[in-house]
Amino acid sequence: MNFAMLTLSEQLILTLAALILFSSFLLLAQSRMVSLIHTFAWQGALLFAATVLMASSSGHHHLFISAALTLGLKVFFIPWQLRRLVVRLDIRRSVETVGGPSLIMIAAGALTLFSYYVVLPIRELSLLATRNTIAISLAVILIGMLMIITRRKAVAQVIGFMSMENGLFFAAVVSTYGMPMVVELGVAFDVLVAAILFGIFFFQIRSGIGSLDVDHLNRLTEVDK
Amino acid sequence: MSALYLTLLLPLVGTLLFGLIGHWRSAGTLNILISGAGFLCALQLAVDIFNQGPMLSPGKLFYIDAFNVYLILLNAFVGMTTAVFSGPYMAHEREIGRVDDGRMRLYHSMYQGFLLTMLVALSTNNLGILWVSIEGATLATVLLVSLYRTPESIEAGWKYFILCGVGIAQALFGTVLIYFAAERILPGSDDSLLWSVLYQHSTELEPAVLVLAFGFLLVGYGTKVGLVPLHNWLPDAHSEGPTPMSAILSGLLLNVALYALVRFKMIIDPALGNDLAGRMMMGFGLLTFTLAGLLLHRQRDIKRMFSYSSIEHMGLMTFAFGIGGPLATFGALLHMIVHSLTKSSIFVTVGHIAHVTGTQSIDGIRGLIKTQPMVGWCFLIGTVAIAGFPPFGVFTSEFLLFTATIKSWPWLVIPLLSGLTVAFSGLFRHVQPMVFGEKPEGQEAIHANMWPVVLHLLLVLLLGIAIPDVLSRWLDQATIMVVGRGLL
Amino acid sequence: MNGWLLALLQTGLMIAAAPLLSGWVKWCKCIFQNRQGAAPWQPYRDLGKLFRKEVVVAANASPIFRIAPYIVFSVTALACSVIPLVATGLPTSALADVIVLVGFFALGRFFLALAGMDIGTAFGGMGSSREMTISSLAEPAMLLAVFTLAMSVSSTNLSTMISTLLLRPFQLYPSFIFAAMGLVLVALAETGRIPVDNPATHLELTMIHEAMILEYCGRHLALMEWAAMIKLLLYSVLLVNLFVPWGIATSLTPMLIMSATLLLLGKLLLLGFALAAAESGLAKMRLFRVPQLLGLAFILSLLGMLSHVILEVR
Repeated sequence: MNFAMLTLSEQLILTLAALILFSSFLLLAQSRMVSLIHTFAWQGALLFAATVLMASSSGHHHLFISAALTLGLKVFFIPWQLRRLVVRLDIRRSVETVGGPSLIMIAAGALTLFSYYVVLPIRELSLLATRNTIAISLAVILIGMLMIITRRKAVAQVIGFMSMENGLFFAAVVSTYGMPMVVELGVAFDVLVAAILFGIFFFQIRSGIGSLDVDHLNRLTEVDK
Repeated sequence: MSALYLTLLLPLVGTLLFGLIGHWRSAGTLNILISGAGFLCALQLAVDIFNQGPMLSPGKLFYIDAFNVYLILLNAFVGMTTAVFSGPYMAHEREIGRVDDGRMRLYHSMYQGFLLTMLVALSTNNLGILWVSIEGATLATVLLVSLYRTPESIEAGWKYFILCGVGIAQALFGTVLIYFAAERILPGSDDSLLWSVLYQHSTELEPAVLVLAFGFLLVGYGTKVGLVPLHNWLPDAHSEGPTPMSAILSGLLLNVALYALVRFKMIIDPALGNDLAGRMMMGFGLLTFTLAGLLLHRQRDIKRMFSYSSIEHMGLMTFAFGIGGPLATFGALLHMIVHSLTKSSIFVTVGHIAHVTGTQSIDGIRGLIKTQPMVGWCFLIGTVAIAGFPPFGVFTSEFLLFTATIKSWPWLVIPLLSGLTVAFSGLFRHVQPMVFGEKPEGQEAIHANMWPVVLHLLLVLLLGIAIPDVLSRWLDQATIMVVGRGLL
Repeated sequence: MNGWLLALLQTGLMIAAAPLLSGWVKWCKCIFQNRQGAAPWQPYRDLGKLFRKEVVVAANASPIFRIAPYIVFSVTALACSVIPLVATGLPTSALADVIVLVGFFALGRFFLALAGMDIGTAFGGMGSSREMTISSLAEPAMLLAVFTLAMSVSSTNLSTMISTLLLRPFQLYPSFIFAAMGLVLVALAETGRIPVDNPATHLELTMIHEAMILEYCGRHLALMEWAAMIKLLLYSVLLVNLFVPWGIATSLTPMLIMSATLLLLGKLLLLGFALAAAESGLAKMRLFRVPQLLGLAFILSLLGMLSHVILEVR
């Protein structure tokens, strides 16, 4: 199958996939808290658009519900809640210095290539037009992981976590037209609860160690000294 | 069927009740009652399954067979006995002011919530729901780990949250891949994520996808099992949370994660037609087993020490399931029971010890047997049992595992034996002075309810001396399910 | 024969029209800033005035300083002949591909930087070092973006690339979007526009391009300025023709060429307008942040390449 044989809406989905990956890269490099949250919301919006397109072009109407869930959770609720927390914790202006940004970017590029090679055997099997995006979704997951590893601010780690969720959701949408509805709802519920718990944790960390820098969480070590 | 629904409904009601009403004086007692009723329902369910064989719920959402029903029973049992311990324990914590009413409310609600997610994870037939409920178990317990709000406990909670969240995300990706493989053979079906359906069609699934999926699943659920190198959260979460939490985390959560892994292995093995999945599990298991035994020596905190012991045993079980074959699988299934009984009894004892001495530091705990002989002896016997001495059940299961290893991988017995020796010496090096050392000034006995501990240890002893016929036939059925052949 | 004539005509047109684009951008900027701008053909008057002026050369200048303007101008002019302006399939475009084009730019820049250092003034050296820093970051990004396109159309020859794209039905290539974004950033840096460099500034500490040519005057300065204007036009044509190629003449009939010229004029005027809008809206970046911008350009080009490999290849 050739790229040229895809319909325009399928090509648009692929383009959105590429933009979602781009937003992951942006998240990785973004050092201002508020912009980070906005970028995350944009990623959610791209995901929403891709899901809606997928739903309308494939005729799997249950995807509209998933898309609505994404819109509600990832575009509005979680960014809104994070923003509120950031304002309440008064870290709106805090800028995180990301150590070795170019190195991290190269690592993210390498992860993308890695995920491409990992899913190479799979994409031969899929009949879906969007099968190539499985690699993109895995890359989004792994970049989210990279973000959790490289970031020191709790808020940034949470956004990394949530962007991993975005990648997982996207993987389900593009490889199998979404998971069964009951699972989709369960996952959305988990994400919702996790988002609320993260908020509670911010306050605990703040009152426990006086900062949201997880570098200060260093009392527990593998072998006690 | 109604027994199953009741088993699941009781903790749900408990969660909502404790969460909505808030803390009151006898909430601990109600917690015991709910858990006890849950255990009775689980017992009824087990009897039903034993008489009627595997059961699929009408909506196909739940599937109970010999493999998960014994874990459900174990879950309900340990949930009940730990609730018995937790009542007075948490009341004491409330008295000395480590927690307030709000947190007691959270604690009781989440205790039931955790049991609920565990039971759903065990009984569900849908692999997606399995993921959702195991993630739900993390969410239910994460605030309990940081219940005391000390910097250490907050750190432990955060680590637990992030590490397990990241790990479990990989498992979801693996699940998506499984669904993807299933969609190819059952296009457009809503059932393609049901375990029972996948198990029927397992030979038709595409191997290339499944290998990849199992890699992700092993990393994901392996994080929850505590496999090295993803074990970092486990000692922290176990040592910083309240002790009843440590008991059920160690005794139940790890088992359930391993259960999930084995369920996937059951689908993947026939599809691949080789034992690649088994080899992967063996490698991770052996690495975990060895490393945890070594790290055990360097611990200063009693709960951390025993959580490394848990990691070690989980490694051993993963290894055993990896070997496959009826003998190893039977041994691993038995080991799940005896480990969770013994380890939860040890954590309960450790809770009492912490009340007696006022510390969790190994250096600060001395002269237990002189202060309170009952606690001291239970602690010693529990440690002896977990280290794998006869006549306790852990010995039996480990003996079975070793026999299986000798049969199929003779040279692997060397690392196994040396690992056991290392772990055993690590445990006793620390436990001996704690039990027999000089009693510090002013250390007084407390009121301790030791019967859950004694009950657990007696059961372990019973399993070591003679496995009841009912249980052995049951485990044999489970073994047939997992590897296709029985032992008996 | 016809083709050669047209190629020559096209190159001449490009060189001649370059000041007009610069003037247009300046005029638009004035509009944005609520000022009465000089007419778009003002750069011609400036160049003419400079050509009439006497040349003064520093006493310690080496021959390199004298020949650099001629080399820079001729290399840039040569680059014009490689780029398809209004028609594809011209004989000159077969001479060189896009990698040679990048090489032309590098050669011009090399002499520009040498000339900047030649007199030994502080500003010249500073400008040269900055120029080389920026270009060393911009060049990989540009090559990567160009390779992304080249992989899509299986050629590095600009003319072939454009005609291949024209022959295909419209498709939404994700990789092209990234390559376009990357190339825009590179073009901004290479042509010394805001936010990397300010073409209108003579504020000493922030100059880059102006710092290098600070010692020139008379016709030397005119050639240098003219070369810079041509470079702006070159990049604009490159962007417009690669990513919005519709309307370019694929055969050499007068009607087609006429319409292609008009269309191109429209596109370039629009692009100039957009550039002016962006320059009025953006602030110049601190020099230390420029590597980040170019890093972004590199990442964009890399993503373009990756999305081509991952999404478009079957």
